[in-house]
Amino acid sequence: MSEALLKTALSGASSDGFVRVEELGPQGMITLRGDFDSAGFAAAVKKAVGLALPKQRKISTGKGGSVAWMSPDELLVLVDYDQVGATVAKLNAALEGEHALVADVSDARAFFRLSGADGAVRDVMAKLAPVDFSPAAFGKGDIRRSRLAQVAGAFWTPEEGVMQVICFRSVAQYTFDLLSVSAETGGEVGHFG
Amino acid sequence: MLILHCPYCGVDAEETELHAGGEAHLKRFGPGSSDEEFEGYLFHRENPKGVHFERWRHVNGCGKWFHAARCTNTLEVFGTYSAQVFEPPQELQDKISAKRPGWEWRDLKGSDQ
Repeated sequence: MSEALLKTALSGASSDGFVRVEELGPQGMITLRGDFDSAGFAAAVKKAVGLALPKQRKISTGKGGSVAWMSPDELLVLVDYDQVGATVAKLNAALEGEHALVADVSDARAFFRLSGADGAVRDVMAKLAPVDFSPAAFGKGDIRRSRLAQVAGAFWTPEEGVMQVICFRSVAQYTFDLLSVSAETGGEVGHFG
Repeated sequence: MLILHCPYCGVDAEETELHAGGEAHLKRFGPGSSDEEFEGYLFHRENPKGVHFERWRHVNGCGKWFHAARCTNTLEVFGTYSAQVFEPPQELQDKISAKRPGWEWRDLKGSDQ
C-alpha cells in the first residue's frame, strides 16, 4: 500500500498541555455485527482474533488485537492496520452461513491517545463527555460510546494515565481541538486528582 | 436533566446522549385504512399531565431504540423497557399504579391499589 493511503486524518498531530494529546497512526478497525447468542458468531471471533466475546461495555485485548463491545449486536475489532484485509477475510470465512456483517472501517475513523497523570486525563475527558470517569466507574477494560461535546466518540483506558479515543474521521480536527483545549495548561480541574 | 437507563447497554444515560422519539406504542395505519384512522395515526397524540410513555433512542451510545415511562409533571422516571413490545410490561404498570393510583393513558388503566 502506498504511503499516501496510510495518511491519517491529521498526519499525527499532537499537543502538550497538562495532558498530552496525540493522534495515533493508522489503526485497523473492523465493524462486526451479528447475533452474539449464536455459537458460530463467538467461534468466528475466537478464530479470527483469538479472543472471546467481550461482556457488555467491555473491551478485551490479546496478542491478535482487541475486541470492543459497541452494542448488543455490534463489536469493534482492532487489529494492526496491515492485518485488516487478512482479518476481514478470516472473519468472512468463519462466518459463512451466519447472518453477520464484517466491514473495514479503518479509514473512516480517527484515533487519539491522551496521556498524563491518571486524574488529569480523567478530568480532560470529564469536561467533554456526560460519563462518570471515576476510576471505580470507568476502569481498565471498560469502554463507553458517548459524545464528546457535539460529536459521537468511543473511549477506553488501556492503562492508568492513558485514554484512547475513537471518532469519525470527518470530525477528527474538531475532536483534536476539543481534546487539546480541554487539556490546555491552566485548565486543570483537579477533580480526579 | 432527564436520566434514563438504557435497557440495551445498561448505561444510565443523560438526556444529551439520547434522542426523543415521540409517543410510544403507536399503531400504524397506512394504505387501506380509513381517513379517520390515518388522521389519528398521523396527528392525534396524547398530551398528558402525568404518566406518559415515550420512545427514546440512545443515539450517542449503542444506537438502540427503547421505551420509557415517566411523569410529565414531576419528570419522575418510572422505568425503561425493551422496544420489542406492544405495551408496557405489567410489572412496570404495577409500579406506576403504586405511585400514581388510578393513572390512565390511552386505553391503559392502572389499578387504584
